[in-house]
Amino acid sequence: MQNDTLKRRSFLNYLLGGGVIAVLAAIGFPIYKYLKPPKIPEAAESQVTAGTLAELQAAEGRYKIFRFGRKPGIVVLMPNNEIRAFSASCTHLDCIVQYRPDLNVLWCPCHNGKYDLTGRNISGPPPRPLEQWVAHYDKASDNIFVSKGEGA
Amino acid sequence: MRHRILFLLLTLSIVALSAPVAAADEGNCFSCHNEWEEGKDTPSKRWPADIHKDAGLTCSDCHGGDPSLDDMDAVRASKGYRGAPKATEIPGFCGRCHGDAAYMNKYNPSLPIDQWEKYKTSMHGMRLAKGDVKAATCISCHSVHNIAPANTPTSTVYAINIPKTCAACHANAAYMAGYNIPTDQYDKFAKSVHGVALLEKEDIGAPACNDCHGNHGALPPGIDDISAVCGLCHAKNAMLFDQSPHKQAFQEQNLPQCETCHSNHDIIKPMDAMIGTGPESLCSNCHSQGDGDKGYATAQAVSVMLDSLVKTEQKATDVIARAEQKGMSVTDQLFALKDVHSTLIESRTLIHSFTLEKIKPELDKGIQLGAAVYQQGLEILGEYSFRRTGLGVATILITFVALLIWLKIRRIER
Amino acid sequence: MPSIKSVGLRLFDWVDDRVQIKALVDYMAHKSVPRHDHEIWYYFGGLSLFFFIIQVCSGILLLLYYRPGADSAYESVQFIISKVQFGWLIRAIHSWSANLMILAVVIHMFSVFFTRAYRKPREITWLTGMGLLGLVLFFGFSGYLLPWNELAFFATKVGTGMAGVVPLAGGFLMKLLRGSDEVTGATITRFFGFHVAVLPALFTAVLTVHLLLVQRQGMSEPESWESRPESQKRRMPFFPNFLLRDLLVWLIALNVLAILAVFFPYGIGPLHWDLGLKADPFSSPPAHIRPEWYFMFMFQSLKFLPAKILLVDGEVVGIIGFGLAGVFWTLIPFFDRTTEKGRRKRLYAYTGLVAVMFVLVMTFLGYILD
Repeated sequence: MQNDTLKRRSFLNYLLGGGVIAVLAAIGFPIYKYLKPPKIPEAAESQVTAGTLAELQAAEGRYKIFRFGRKPGIVVLMPNNEIRAFSASCTHLDCIVQYRPDLNVLWCPCHNGKYDLTGRNISGPPPRPLEQWVAHYDKASDNIFVSKGEGA
Repeated sequence: MRHRILFLLLTLSIVALSAPVAAADEGNCFSCHNEWEEGKDTPSKRWPADIHKDAGLTCSDCHGGDPSLDDMDAVRASKGYRGAPKATEIPGFCGRCHGDAAYMNKYNPSLPIDQWEKYKTSMHGMRLAKGDVKAATCISCHSVHNIAPANTPTSTVYAINIPKTCAACHANAAYMAGYNIPTDQYDKFAKSVHGVALLEKEDIGAPACNDCHGNHGALPPGIDDISAVCGLCHAKNAMLFDQSPHKQAFQEQNLPQCETCHSNHDIIKPMDAMIGTGPESLCSNCHSQGDGDKGYATAQAVSVMLDSLVKTEQKATDVIARAEQKGMSVTDQLFALKDVHSTLIESRTLIHSFTLEKIKPELDKGIQLGAAVYQQGLEILGEYSFRRTGLGVATILITFVALLIWLKIRRIER
Repeated sequence: MPSIKSVGLRLFDWVDDRVQIKALVDYMAHKSVPRHDHEIWYYFGGLSLFFFIIQVCSGILLLLYYRPGADSAYESVQFIISKVQFGWLIRAIHSWSANLMILAVVIHMFSVFFTRAYRKPREITWLTGMGLLGLVLFFGFSGYLLPWNELAFFATKVGTGMAGVVPLAGGFLMKLLRGSDEVTGATITRFFGFHVAVLPALFTAVLTVHLLLVQRQGMSEPESWESRPESQKRRMPFFPNFLLRDLLVWLIALNVLAILAVFFPYGIGPLHWDLGLKADPFSSPPAHIRPEWYFMFMFQSLKFLPAKILLVDGEVVGIIGFGLAGVFWTLIPFFDRTTEKGRRKRLYAYTGLVAVMFVLVMTFLGYILD
């Protein structure tokens, strides 16, 4: 009889021990997963990598569209090899602009809007200039960094 | 009080700066006319709003005569008096200065001086030259004595006001009787995609009448000019069309380019059903199955793929919206959906090449991208139910242990 | 081969031999907890502690990815909830646990107030407890800004602005909080410092004193027991009976927390913390700027005050009023010293009731008059 109670007690204790371990595992699993850094690098949205200079030189039209947060941006390799960056959504109806080396303008294919290479709207329907961003070239990594503020 | 003095000083200084010559000799014409003319809408009452007044011109600069004379009859008899021009004289009346480069340079060097020359080539000008006084002259559009430049929102030739200005005559059936042209252009335009953009959304980038028809040299565009005119804004479409097989075919059959499919004044927002072989299709107006060219097959293929892209985009949008509604983070997918949508827009533009090889890659790209986003959406929804399942397991475990502890307490305290 | 149990026992003996844990266990087993109709309130202190532990753990986890600064705070929180595996869960737990902790602390405080558990000899415990409550509120206030989103930005602007109204020290206090004249990136740096260094250090120190006092003095017995003979007082041992019960409550709390975090990762109704838009100091404030719910009663009362009260700004009067009320509330053990049944005792009970009603009504009005 007493033996029986003892047995039941120790069974409860084992069950309890197992249960606590299982709960700890359930808590530990998400934490373990959380500790593993995601493959995508941390997004520093004040500055993004728009691509490499090599990429830009190889690109047809000497420009590249990149992503700045939720907005598209454009980096342009100008004839004098200067790199400039702008917001790429046309101020008229949000189409993506492209660089036209033949005209040396930023050109919106939707309604033939044109911007000069300071972002000013010079022809066609766009009501406002494109926002110009700061492009910065890092020789060591061949990367082009773009930021919104001055400097970076 | 101080404010009033300040205002007065300000006004005086503006007047003094902008019209240094005017003050003295304006007096004689203006003071009498202003006194005698009855009503609110007379030349003298309009005059303060006129740009020529700001430029320092006076009545006599246009109407001639010697303003220093007190007696009106004496003025009329004085040297160079021109009085009020007859309708047929108006273009020359204005063109006397506006066609004179040396003169205009003193006031606004950037203003063109060819308005009169252009006007002579316009339908209005040609009719006037034949003595038709109903034809529009300078003042029909620019108004008179209160002329404002085109970049002033109150001007009759400000972009948003132009359709009304033209419609004053062109929508008046009685006035236009005998010319044998329609009078419904304004109504059609107001409902068109351009009219809505210009008149309702007040987007001054949208075209008004003059952007297609010209202004001083206004003519109806000819059959070959249309794609050039539309191509001013729709550059890519025009370029694609020019390289397309339709270019020559339309020319041969004397069909106007853009207009054949999109009409002119009542251009509506194009629909995908316009392409293909369905009942609303425009392709089947000319092409039919087995007529010996690729038209029918191309239309059918493009229509099927376009439909598939639209549906893929819709499906992807729906699944992402569902995931977002469930509180999942879908920022990347929303961005990718923008890309899908821009391939759709690009594809619709590429249709103007009327060449399957040019349209297909973009459509394929969009369909693939859309399918990928859709797949990601499903994965996110899967992740959502995984969270629920995980929670279920954890909850059961915790509840189980809690129960055991309760049993334990009971056992101890028994 | 020795069993796990025997290894465990030997390890225990080894440690005990050096630091005498047994004495501690014996002490805890010896300690007892009174059993009566209102014993449920005893669990809220432990519950607050549980949420604090959760906050420390989830907070440390968030620290692994969070980066303070006007250019990175919002982005890193977005990164945590969208890119890091289970990041959404950790943030949801941290947010929910923060709110539940404040709720538990407030209930704990009022239960102590109404059972008059602050009476001699527990005045110091009450003082440290009020200190902890203040720290918890400051924890909430400083943590709210850290995601650097629109809502937090304007709430912090209003909140720190109120500190600026405090007579004499206001200007200094506001600058101390903001780190500049306006709420800027400098404010995040400060609030981050408060939230993860200053406040945890202070909190741990005060909490240690608080818990030591509780262990030293035991649970407060109900007032009605004072006239009872020892034989009529029911008790249970602190270890293991009460501790197991505490554990049971903690598990239930954990369950509730997990369910809330999974089903409402961004909160529900007026209690929400979706990230929304990034703070933009130049944008106009959103239509409903609201403080967190635990500041709502103050926010709403200040709105009701007229612009001028006897030549003084209504807001100033209100803030001084709340300050004085807080001081009075904190010092209540020293005012409410009469233990003999009398009017004075009841007066404090009524004062407490009025305070609770005031807080409830103002909070309620704050949410419906919007």
